[in-house]
Amino acid sequence: MEPKVINQTICRSAKSGRWRYGETSHFSQKQGCGNNWAHGFCVHGPRHRDVVEELVRREVERCDRLAGLMAMMSVAGGTGSGVGAYITRYLRDVYPKSFILNHLTWPYGTGEVIVQNYNSVLTLAHLYHHSDAILVHENDTVHRICSQLLNIKHISFTDVNRVIAHQLGSILQPALTTDSNGIYSRNPLGELVGSLACHPEYKLLSVSTIPQMPSSSIAYSTFSWPGLLKHLRQMLISNSKMEECIDWQVQLPSASERTRTLLGSSFNTSLANLLILRGKDVYSAETGSFEDPALYSSWLSPEEAFNVWKSPVIFNKYEKSATLVSNSKALLRPLDNMLGKAWNMFASRAYIHQYVKFGISEEDFLDSFTFLEQVISSYNQL
Amino acid sequence: MTQSVVVQVGQCGNQVGCRFWDLALREHAHVNKKGVYDEALSSFFRNVDLRNDGGSCGVGGKIENLKARAVLVDMEEGVVNEILQGPLREVFDSTQFLTDVSGSGNNWAVGHMTYGSAYREQIVDKLRKTAEHCDCLQCFFLIHSMGGGTGSGLGTRVLSMLEEEFPEVCRIVTSIYPSAEDDVITSPYNSILAMKELTEHADCVLPIENQALVHIVNKIKHMSHCGKPGSVIKTDTTVMSGQGGLSRAEKPFDTMNNIVANLLLNITSSARFEGSLNMDLNEIAMNLVPFPRMHYLVPSLTPLYTLADVSVPPRRLDQMFSDAFSKDHQLIRADPKHSLYLACALMVRGNVQVSDLRRNIER
Repeated sequence: MEPKVINQTICRSAKSGRWRYGETSHFSQKQGCGNNWAHGFCVHGPRHRDVVEELVRREVERCDRLAGLMAMMSVAGGTGSGVGAYITRYLRDVYPKSFILNHLTWPYGTGEVIVQNYNSVLTLAHLYHHSDAILVHENDTVHRICSQLLNIKHISFTDVNRVIAHQLGSILQPALTTDSNGIYSRNPLGELVGSLACHPEYKLLSVSTIPQMPSSSIAYSTFSWPGLLKHLRQMLISNSKMEECIDWQVQLPSASERTRTLLGSSFNTSLANLLILRGKDVYSAETGSFEDPALYSSWLSPEEAFNVWKSPVIFNKYEKSATLVSNSKALLRPLDNMLGKAWNMFASRAYIHQYVKFGISEEDFLDSFTFLEQVISSYNQL
Repeated sequence: MTQSVVVQVGQCGNQVGCRFWDLALREHAHVNKKGVYDEALSSFFRNVDLRNDGGSCGVGGKIENLKARAVLVDMEEGVVNEILQGPLREVFDSTQFLTDVSGSGNNWAVGHMTYGSAYREQIVDKLRKTAEHCDCLQCFFLIHSMGGGTGSGLGTRVLSMLEEEFPEVCRIVTSIYPSAEDDVITSPYNSILAMKELTEHADCVLPIENQALVHIVNKIKHMSHCGKPGSVIKTDTTVMSGQGGLSRAEKPFDTMNNIVANLLLNITSSARFEGSLNMDLNEIAMNLVPFPRMHYLVPSLTPLYTLADVSVPPRRLDQMFSDAFSKDHQLIRADPKHSLYLACALMVRGNVQVSDLRRNIER
């Protein structure tokens, strides 16, 4: 809702000379939402709904075959979260048959905005009803990747955004899926959503990519598929997002002693996994280790829970790269923390008057809280 | 880009306001080399084409003649006349002033009741005209003192008028509180009466105390006199003096007023210029005001003097963050470290990266 960032983005893309945004494909207003979810959802959303719908319709009409819509936003602010949630709900009504994937940026745990917890709770609760899958990137994690893996001394938001873009690109670039019969899949969003978000209670997806290293060291490193896949699998199990700091102690319990109480907090059960391999000799990669039934929950068999996409084209200068998109308990802890903090603030009714001013009542807050508690408990039972 | 209007009431308010406009012009002159009337300028100034009899030009044209978006109110003519004769006279229009002859006699009741009712229509009229010149008015800044008669009495009356006429526009009030050794005997009464109005009608208040400002100014003078070897301090910084700006002669309260003017400029800088993580004015009000009546924010400013070397090494930067929380840099004498922080916002300007911020927040 503020013009500064949009102007900056359009200028920057035009300057690169290789691609740019269309002249009319942006929309901004003069005054922002003031980090207020209620302001975005109740005031700005309805007011500008028609204009935004017109813009989206024009783009959709230009497509031969619409695979889906992807919305990218942050959860801490006012516009991204409030207006984003409103637009997602509206687009779901207008395009009921398309897939909608929301990409969310989770704020730093130490806080960028004081009311970020409220905004996140309200956004997630509303998005869960209308979107097909929610892909989350946490600022904390990406920041750590930048500092430890990529060795960047002064990390700016451009670096953080570049890492996120790399991870998104490695998912969405064309690939050969099991259904596409030898040609590139024409429906990446649909297949992603179909293979991962199979149950309406479980929609939170997280991404890990391997390898991540500064571009100066790529020339000196060699990769092998078994090595990469072993690391990736351990990253999945121990719920870490980087190659360093993997906890190799965490092992899968053997099938016989698999009881609920024994599962330590560090073991990460997945509902479904999608592995995307890009690079040389992709067909020789052995992915059998990911089909271990102990990795998954008991009510979904590994054959259905695990999918592989492959592409022989190398991506972003890495000779071999693997990406894992998983629907697992990985996001449980940040979500829990955030919910706890939001609840503490709500208990003393802090800042509520700012939201009530625009039409969100305390019942809406309570509804969102209970809904998210339910999501957390479903994930806990995986 | 949103616009803000500054309302200056009373002698103190007008003097601080005068320094504010001086500094704002200098800041924009520093940034805007091409002389184009851009969005950042439009938040505080209008570009007026004198030949067109006061019609305003749009954004993107050359700067013809800048007029400040301000309303100046004082019940004595002395201060306003001084501004009109000083170098800032070009920036103000004759329609923006409101003066009377006799003054309020340091009496809140005279300012609030008598002058408030007498000049009500005129004040509302001027405010409305200034607001109409704005495309999208975001907030009103009110600058006044709490100890006197006009500033506190008429100032709070203006505040309640603003709330009636423009309820959705945010009102940020900069109040100069009297210190222990104040020269006005009735200042406690005036302050208490004004404070009740502020709690009711303002969206957020930045209280500033004269004693704290004196303390800071003394500290800067001390630093520049003791002259540590290896560190050269620019005594000519914008914080300290108006040298190099429009005014030549230094008046006694000038350094202190400069600090307040700097504070206001820095708060609004994120709304005017672009950056990687912007914080608008209504975001300040949203994030720092948890309960409607608790809207008093303690401002604190670092650094207060600049060293001659421009690139700040990380240790110096960390020192700045610690200083921001120390009570020596606050503009009001209070000790938050031994009380409770409800909410706290760090606004950083310049060449600072996200990693520096995070490192310091985690400390």
